[in-house]
Amino acid sequence: MRGSMFQVGGSKLGRSGTWHPELGTRNSPTKGSRMRNTFLALLIVGVVGVWLRPAVGVGLEEQTQLLAAELRCPVCQNLSVGDSPSEMANQMRELVREKLKNGESPEQIRAYFVSRYGEWILLAPKRQGFNWVAWLLPFGAILGGVGVIGFVVRRSVSRSRAPGDAQLPPLDPRYASRLQAELKEWGQ
Amino acid sequence: MATWKKLIVPIAITPILLLLAYGFKTNPRQVPSPLVGNSAPPFALSSFDGGTTGLEQLRGTAIVLNFWASWCFPACFEEAPALEAAWRAYKDRGVMVIGVDIQDREADAKAFIERFKLSFPNGPDPQGRMSIDYGVYGVPETFFINREGKIHYKHVGALTKQMLQGKIEEML
Repeated sequence: MRGSMFQVGGSKLGRSGTWHPELGTRNSPTKGSRMRNTFLALLIVGVVGVWLRPAVGVGLEEQTQLLAAELRCPVCQNLSVGDSPSEMANQMRELVREKLKNGESPEQIRAYFVSRYGEWILLAPKRQGFNWVAWLLPFGAILGGVGVIGFVVRRSVSRSRAPGDAQLPPLDPRYASRLQAELKEWGQ
Repeated sequence: MATWKKLIVPIAITPILLLLAYGFKTNPRQVPSPLVGNSAPPFALSSFDGGTTGLEQLRGTAIVLNFWASWCFPACFEEAPALEAAWRAYKDRGVMVIGVDIQDREADAKAFIERFKLSFPNGPDPQGRMSIDYGVYGVPETFFINREGKIHYKHVGALTKQMLQGKIEEML
């Protein structure tokens, strides 16, 4: 029971690696598989952490900043309430902070601002109805672009292959004898 | 395949052109207020002269609620005489004109009131709560609140005498 090996039901099993049919054991994990496992673990922790971040362990200031970053500053050009130094943005940040302090949820605060300013106040449109166009269009455009590139590449590859598929004309006897002579010269 | 090739360019371009046409048709400065047609958010304003006024105590009165600032030139300067004239003309007919001074210095605001001899209640909104509650994003902005306490109309920019008269008459 050393390192990564541990005994289960009389057979030795590795924490990872492949099943070895002859030995009835798993191979001890290689450096590559260990790295892969570590990477996967870090990835899972990262994803879960990001997912849970707004729900737990976020301080009042951070939560205020996160919410303010989602709101459009009404008196600025394409700046969020979180980024704007304007007085109005400052007042809005204060209001967000106060509402959070009073126990209102981020959804309630978002809904409050939407009820006052309309959806315009949200920098990212809600994922509903016609707004899906704004969310999905970029991915559609990327997929379309990849499709066009794939189509062009496939066409050019098939065109370049086409002459190779055709039957080559018979070699001119003059060049054939010259080729033989030169090959002899090179000792082939 | 040839037909498809001919169609692909118009199919790709048409939605973009439609989107552009829609964009050119709309006024980027005009943001429709979701409050119009709904109940006006309650407020309590302490005026510069020491009095207080609020929506609750004005039930049954048509209200012209004007958001302004002394630095808002020329729009606020242009509309101030029209607001004072409307107040004098309609105050005995169940109409209240209220000024809310936002993002301003008290001395400058008082000087503005003195300059235009404004006699209707005017008060500051120091924390910006009232302006945020009304979805204000600039000055001047004016809300016409009918006798039922619902927002009848919102105007962005300087008011004129005719506009004020028309909207007040609609509420009476």
